[in-house]
Amino acid sequence: MANMAQAVRLALHYAEEHLGVTDIFGEDVGPPLGGVFTCTQGLKTTWNSPLDERGIIGMAMGIAMAGGRPVAEIQFCDYIYNTIDLLKLAGNTLWSSNGQWNLPMVVMTPVGSGIRGSIYHSHSFDASATHIPGWKIVMPSTPLDAYGLLLSACQEQNPVLFLIPKALMRIKGEELIPGEPSEDKALSKLIDAPLGDRTQWKAQWPAVQPVSIPLGQAKTVRAGSQLTVVSYGRTLPMCLLAANALASEGVDAEVIDLRTLWPYDWATIKASVAKTGRVLYVNEDTEVTNFGEHLIRRTTDELFYKLLAPPKLLAGKFVPGIGLADTLEAASVPQQSDIHAAMKKLAAMEP
Amino acid sequence: MAPPFPWVYTPPAMAREGKNPSPSSPTKPPKPSSPSKFKPKITQSDDLPLEKDLLLRMHDVMVKARCLEERLIAMYKSGHGYFWIGGPGEEAFNTALGLLIKKGEGPAYDYLHFHYRQSATLLAMGEEPLGAIRQMKNTATDPYSGGRNFAGHFAKKAWNVAPVSSPIEVQYSMAPGTAWVQKRFGGDGISIVTGGDAGTAEGDFATCLVWASRPGKEVPLLILVTNNRWGISTPYTDVQGVEKISDRGVAFGMRTKTIDGNDPISAYLELKEAFEYVRTERKPYLVEARVSRLYGHSSASGANFVTNEADCIAQFEDRLIKKGLLTRQSADALRAKYAEELAELARQAKEEPFPEGSTIWEHVFKGEPARDPLATEEG
Repeated sequence: MANMAQAVRLALHYAEEHLGVTDIFGEDVGPPLGGVFTCTQGLKTTWNSPLDERGIIGMAMGIAMAGGRPVAEIQFCDYIYNTIDLLKLAGNTLWSSNGQWNLPMVVMTPVGSGIRGSIYHSHSFDASATHIPGWKIVMPSTPLDAYGLLLSACQEQNPVLFLIPKALMRIKGEELIPGEPSEDKALSKLIDAPLGDRTQWKAQWPAVQPVSIPLGQAKTVRAGSQLTVVSYGRTLPMCLLAANALASEGVDAEVIDLRTLWPYDWATIKASVAKTGRVLYVNEDTEVTNFGEHLIRRTTDELFYKLLAPPKLLAGKFVPGIGLADTLEAASVPQQSDIHAAMKKLAAMEP
Repeated sequence: MAPPFPWVYTPPAMAREGKNPSPSSPTKPPKPSSPSKFKPKITQSDDLPLEKDLLLRMHDVMVKARCLEERLIAMYKSGHGYFWIGGPGEEAFNTALGLLIKKGEGPAYDYLHFHYRQSATLLAMGEEPLGAIRQMKNTATDPYSGGRNFAGHFAKKAWNVAPVSSPIEVQYSMAPGTAWVQKRFGGDGISIVTGGDAGTAEGDFATCLVWASRPGKEVPLLILVTNNRWGISTPYTDVQGVEKISDRGVAFGMRTKTIDGNDPISAYLELKEAFEYVRTERKPYLVEARVSRLYGHSSASGANFVTNEADCIAQFEDRLIKKGLLTRQSADALRAKYAEELAELARQAKEEPFPEGSTIWEHVFKGEPARDPLATEEG
């Protein structure tokens, strides 16, 4: 089974062969490295950019303007902050030109904690990203979703920000990507670049088939009746594990993987919360002006009389960084035990 | 009395004729505190080495553009617009530029990453001035932004005019992208980016130089800086140590030059050479043009005519008259004609409606219906 880095690579391969992707670029994206997380190894349209994030976003905008279809990478989302006015500009280009100029471009960037990345390789970007209108914002939690969502992103007419939870980058999926060899190590032999000299190496691409996962559709990954948990990215699998564990304690939780943060699938959330009366939003970005706070506002606006307990948010602590020591990281962003406890407490609340 | 703007470049000929009070006024030579040693080559001679038709066409566009800007200022001052910013003083350079552009849509044509002082370029390309007036009045009919953006913020996809935006210099980061596609596409279409001198302090300018000149991957990009030696109220010499902005391109191995942007003939010939190089060699060229700023930065600083900077139209008219290609009467008549035409267009725009408030939901995403994503069934 492909891990998420391989799934991204397979999607980009499919996209440059069949969806018109013209340029896959960023710092160390081209050979020999193929990306610091190996997401772009062996692809035919990759190239290495100068170490200049503003140049990367500007270049992507220009390529999109001139009819190309770029996929640009910012090496870590922690380094995307100096591009924020260009992201704003990309988001308003269609609007400010009253519909004349659209920008079909994808920006992908690894996000979040979980690799002991310390202050500048651990941060999230979903809270900031969801403050920038005009972008579609995607964050998968499984390799198959990463594959299907990236194919959708590469067919978009609008800018798409593709956030890749780096903690999940090396986790193998439970579902095969169509066309992926089923034998466990076969895929790696075909598409992972060897260590050492790579000058003669070429990827042997399996004939992967497209998977359609439209942007804006959440996935209910566990059905339940007493409590709704909405999450995405790194914390999603933890929510699922916690829900399964809590089942033996008599708590029946429904878990929704949002997958797309904008536009998001409110219909799925609303139907679930209307059924359960309890909702916990979980993500790991800092909790003040967090995207989950918006979801809570909408929950209270539209579902107030259906609620059996206050809607809750479990998110990252509002501190300036994520410290390197295990203890500091664990205290800064939600862990399995935190999610378990939050769900259990919410399930026990009564009006 | 010391002149207030000792750093402003004024051709000696103008100063001699006393048409423009300047630091080189014979009565009291100034002693600038931090003068620029650089003086553009004086090209405004009696020779007019271009065809008569082209000279008169340039003059016509320059006058029309000045009248347009003055009408926009008048609209602002009479409450028919909230803010004015534009390019009076840059007509000579911008007109020459516009006449050299390969106009059209797609990578076979020139991509234009402009800033907000280029109405003369658009008029030289054949644009009707009514659109600029509608944008000033922020009517629904504004063809560039539908009443959403400031005056001078053009966007016209049919001519590859990328949306002009207020954060100066971001265009320098985007322009290598269109040029990159054009390098691959082939043909002779190029990308052109323009910004001001103040904004070259932004990192985007360095981005442009780096990305345009990657070894073996140079792109067909004409990088233009109109240097009026002002950043709103801050003199260039207060904040930038580089004498010629064009010198910054030298470090990147690109061709560079600094030209007199107040002389339409020189600007045309110098730009023509740069255009030809970029079109055929498919490599970047950095041109700095020294220009004037005749109505200040924007309406925020009053938008009043300044008399201590060279006026490219007055200069050019003197030369055309001296050569017998124009008379004072015909020049005045042309100006009066455009002033009246533009006043009439402004009267027309004043009657046009603003966009409906509900249109804010239009064009958030291409291909999707205009709607409030948070609207509830209850409303």
